[in-house]
Amino acid sequence: GLTTAAAAGKMSAGSGSRNTNTEPWGSFDDNLIQGGGSAVIDMENMDDTSGSSFEDMGEMHQRMKEEEEVAAEAAATEDDSAEDGEFLGMKGLKGQLGRQVADEVWQAGKRQASRAFNLYANIDILRPYFDVEPVQVRNRLIESMIPVRMINFPQKIAGELYGPLMLVFTLVAILLHGMKTSGTVIREGTLMGTAIGTCFGYWLGVSSFIYFLAYLVNAQITMLQMLSLLGYGLFGHCAVLLITYNIHFHFLFYVLWLLVGGLSTLRMVAALLSRTVGQTPRLLLCGTLSLLHMLFLLYLHFAYHKIVEGLLDSLEGPNLAPMQRVARDVPELNTTLRILGALPRAQ
Amino acid sequence: MAAAEEASRPFAGLSDVSISEDIPVEGDISVPVGSSRRDDEFSTLDEPVKETILRDLRAVGNKFIHVLYPKRSSALLRDWDLWGPLLLCVTLALLLQGGAADSDDQGGPQFAEVFVIVWFGSIIITLNSKLLGGTISFFQSLCVLGYCIMPLTVAMAVCRIVLISGSGNVSFAVRLVVVTVSFGWSTFASTAFLADSQPPNRKALVVYPVFLFYFVIGWMILTFSPSQ
Repeated sequence: GLTTAAAAGKMSAGSGSRNTNTEPWGSFDDNLIQGGGSAVIDMENMDDTSGSSFEDMGEMHQRMKEEEEVAAEAAATEDDSAEDGEFLGMKGLKGQLGRQVADEVWQAGKRQASRAFNLYANIDILRPYFDVEPVQVRNRLIESMIPVRMINFPQKIAGELYGPLMLVFTLVAILLHGMKTSGTVIREGTLMGTAIGTCFGYWLGVSSFIYFLAYLVNAQITMLQMLSLLGYGLFGHCAVLLITYNIHFHFLFYVLWLLVGGLSTLRMVAALLSRTVGQTPRLLLCGTLSLLHMLFLLYLHFAYHKIVEGLLDSLEGPNLAPMQRVARDVPELNTTLRILGALPRAQ
Repeated sequence: MAAAEEASRPFAGLSDVSISEDIPVEGDISVPVGSSRRDDEFSTLDEPVKETILRDLRAVGNKFIHVLYPKRSSALLRDWDLWGPLLLCVTLALLLQGGAADSDDQGGPQFAEVFVIVWFGSIIITLNSKLLGGTISFFQSLCVLGYCIMPLTVAMAVCRIVLISGSGNVSFAVRLVVVTVSFGWSTFASTAFLADSQPPNRKALVVYPVFLFYFVIGWMILTFSPSQ
């Protein structure tokens, strides 16, 4: 009986380390095993509760009281209580006291150390998501521009974070570049902060939002897959913005916006479609995602695009007045809005 | 039968060994004091402050030379320090101070911005290399990345000198060349130090953020224009 319980406990501990202990019976078994193992772990569990009730007594006295309590507890829980009661009696008290003090010191030290090494623990948790080869990253970047027309069977979405994270940082750098050349002035905060906030805000915010929607309409996608999908979807944005911040043809931008931005959006939409069931959920999920994704590219282009032409002029700087981030009357925006009005109907 | 039982419990006889309770356990505990005081030669307590500072500066300067001539040595990795990076970062930030845009308004690279970019950038690169399975320690990587800013700091100094003489197309071309060369230098030097600690098939993944980091700094230096 005990060995099977131990095996079950081990198995649940093994799976609990990955699933962060989802099964309630797993932890119960663990406790059972610990209770059967030794009294030291019982003391550890007693630590927090028993300390508060003896505040006004002397420390020595308190420790002895605690000791008696622990001994009683141990005697109650253990099966072979007679033997242990004798062992934890007054004769072994001094040794027990020393051991408990040492144990407490050890626990405090361990807590400190674990707090200090928390960073490294988190790194280990994240490590599987960064387990990629350069070839894989390259292939995924290329695939992010190729929509797959298979919507009857769930498409495979790689849960990986290296590519998305690097793409977001690349987008930050490109935005900084765009802000510099356009002479954007931000009243509160720095260019860097704004660029980072915009990119990470979009990536994390839209991923969470779409994940929430997907949860509502019962689509089969995890948060990790959503982050990866949207992150690789930013590759098109990076390419478009890098080109259009340097080559100032509005026509070129619209072509690239529809072509490159559209392809990367279609890729994400196709992946989402294959994992959703039903017309209305598909329309809701994919409509929201494509609208947000296309509008974001439009926003990034026009918010930080230099309207006064010439790269060298702005590099020489002070001769042109810095632009403010206010609503401007851009004639192209009107056509853009008309295109946008036609877009959701087309899909 | 008895022999077999004895063999199955090899430590059975040890359980009988006990110390009788009426013999007090006592004795002298002496810590062997080392007769040869090796600490004397390394004691820095009573040396002049000037010597201490000069020795540290010499170590920093030694590492500068390693960056300028990046041969695959582990001197930068073995005894890392953060004094050099701090020095370079502050110098770069001070040189970037007083640009055109921040005289009347914000927008130019400010001291804090440069500082934050350099330190957070290096921390992110370090975390990335740890996540990809690098064997380098956190501060070693910070040290290498910080020291490898030096070519860019030199480029910044050159740019300021060039900008004094004028700001035309020629001056821009000169600055472009200087910044590009120093950017390549920084990337190459840091890769030479960092690449060995990475798994061989993932070097490209580690080098990319390093490239991006120095590119942003190089871009800040190139777009700098002083106030008039």
